Amino acid sequence: MTGSDVTRDGVEEARPEREALTGAHTGRRRRRRGRGERSMVPEARFSSYYGKPILNKPVWKPLDIAGYLYLGGLAGASSLLAAGGQATGRPVLARTAKLGAASAISLSLAALVHDLGRPARFVNMLRVLKPTSPMSVGSWLLAGYAPLTVAAAAADVAGRYRMAGAAATAGAAVVGPAVATYTAVLISDTAVPTWHEGYREMPFVFAGSAASAAAGLGLVGAPAAQAGPARRMAVLGAALELGAFQLMKRRTGLAAEPYEQGRPRTLLRAAEALTAGGAALAALAGRRPGREGRRLPATAGAALLAGSAALRFAVFHAGVVSAEDPKYTVVPQRERLDARGR
Amino acid sequence: MTRGSAAAAGGAGEEAVRANLLFGPQPDVAKAAGYTDTPPRMGFFTDTSVCIGCKACEVACKEWNSVPEDGLELTGMSYDNTQGLGADTWRHVAFIEQRKPLGGQEPGTGHQDVDVFDAARSLGTSASSPGPGATAPTPGSAPVGAPAGEISPVSPDGRTELRWLMSSDVCKHCTHAACLDVCPTGSLFRTEFGTVVVQEDICNGCGYCVPACPYGVIDQRPHDGRVWKCTLCYDRLGVGMEPACAKSCPTDSIQFGPLDELRERAAARVARLHAAGVTDARLYGENPEDGVGGDGAFFLLLDEPEVYGLPPDPVVTTRDLPSMWRHAAVAAASLAALAAVSFARRPR
Repeated sequence: MTGSDVTRDGVEEARPEREALTGAHTGRRRRRRGRGERSMVPEARFSSYYGKPILNKPVWKPLDIAGYLYLGGLAGASSLLAAGGQATGRPVLARTAKLGAASAISLSLAALVHDLGRPARFVNMLRVLKPTSPMSVGSWLLAGYAPLTVAAAAADVAGRYRMAGAAATAGAAVVGPAVATYTAVLISDTAVPTWHEGYREMPFVFAGSAASAAAGLGLVGAPAAQAGPARRMAVLGAALELGAFQLMKRRTGLAAEPYEQGRPRTLLRAAEALTAGGAALAALAGRRPGREGRRLPATAGAALLAGSAALRFAVFHAGVVSAEDPKYTVVPQRERLDARGR
Repeated sequence: MTRGSAAAAGGAGEEAVRANLLFGPQPDVAKAAGYTDTPPRMGFFTDTSVCIGCKACEVACKEWNSVPEDGLELTGMSYDNTQGLGADTWRHVAFIEQRKPLGGQEPGTGHQDVDVFDAARSLGTSASSPGPGATAPTPGSAPVGAPAGEISPVSPDGRTELRWLMSSDVCKHCTHAACLDVCPTGSLFRTEFGTVVVQEDICNGCGYCVPACPYGVIDQRPHDGRVWKCTLCYDRLGVGMEPACAKSCPTDSIQFGPLDELRERAAARVARLHAAGVTDARLYGENPEDGVGGDGAFFLLLDEPEVYGLPPDPVVTTRDLPSMWRHAAVAAASLAALAAVSFARRPR
């Protein structure tokens, strides 16, 4: 072979990574990502166009949209905690959760508007209601939910309009679970392999993550005597979140690979450690209430809040990675075609 | 796909038009979108076997649609400096340089043994190298053994060792368009011609359509926030003109017309190529039974789709949407139940 192969990196003899190859027997040589971690699936061999991505990657700003996913979950589950706290006579827990829900959903709307560019653009979201668009459904959910949380929090803080406040609290608790889980449909209803393939488990991961975040907030804000439900919610939420995530990783195969590389991996490990640790601390705080004062539950709460956030960012970044590498698009589709015996 | 099954689908009539909104064959997209009196569905058939990579389509598209400049980069990817479809690239010509099996032969493009100084010294003295000022060798002056009239290098079976695949890519105007389905503002809409267009004054830049597109077509324009893609020259179609790219294509690699007619033409073209021994030729995106219900813009390719940067088996994301909503509903109920269980014990 003569050294006449002009590549992006100059003239080389070896076949470079970005060269388009053809036929069933060619494959792309890939740089290993991550640090010495053994890949969970065999190295995929496939053709591509100079290694360029097939999909256009999400244009969402990570802080805005991963933050939006996180805050929506925190708010939705907090509304449940608020309604429960109010119904069972735990006023401080209820007030913490109501304020948390109202602030979280306001912040999440701010994040959405920031991602859109200017506030007037949010109004366009309410031109139509399309069940085929999770973002349209979500916009209407938020349009109904956000005022309820604000009304509930305002009535609680002002100490007036008890009936209206109770109704708003109950209303927010009814809509809250939908607010916490629709975001899973929002990201799953895309062609991004890691997001789409996990569509069955993702709502459960998000529901669990929402519960652990809201429980974390409750643990930080409520005295130990009233934080019992938050402690139980922390344990149950963490179990649901981590269990569903393991199930998702196992079932989706190649599409789950981005969770095991680079930044998503770091974030996911942090999320697992923080959530599991936070839940364990919460359970411990329940065993000996009042003994450690506020420090133990506050630590548990902070860990749960941070763990839930780290999970959302891990999911977000893993999706972006899977959109940027044509492997995650081509290999499963090629296998599907070959299985059909084309 | 046979004409028979198309006729059967047509026979199912009104029911087929209304059902399968998220997935599957849809004989009349414009009717399903609510139009009553519609022209035939229009589309592109891009026959890459005659594409010469001139990029006239890219330029014509930019000119007609006033698409801004999107970076002047030399990528090193053969002659492709556009890289892929995006907000400011609505037509993209891919260049794939391929070596077909070499069979142990040297391509014959090495010049290590050529002494250029020696060649320069003999300028004008030897019959095979004309003197300065000559622009073409005199007839009959070619050195013995040079492959006269043929492209060098040539392998024993007469094929060139290097082949170029060129393909002009564009928005597929899917029968089930994920971008349109997920758009929360109704900015993306189905035209009476069955194509998919973005209304730029309504797009709010949410960017949801970008990751929804299984082909990686639509994209967000930086500093604008809104999304842009091929409109199949909706403005030209309205007055009976063909799209700018098809108009400018010198080899008719890009053909425009009623989709049914294009499919017939494409099937005939594939049959001719197969008969001529080009067994690699295949159609991509023309089948109404595929994951996106068939494309309004389909292609004749000479290799696997992924070689051209196209997904081998794209599926519209909304196919799984009913299941997604069901899973989310169960998850929401689980969250409520989880909260209820947390409060189940009496306060201490």
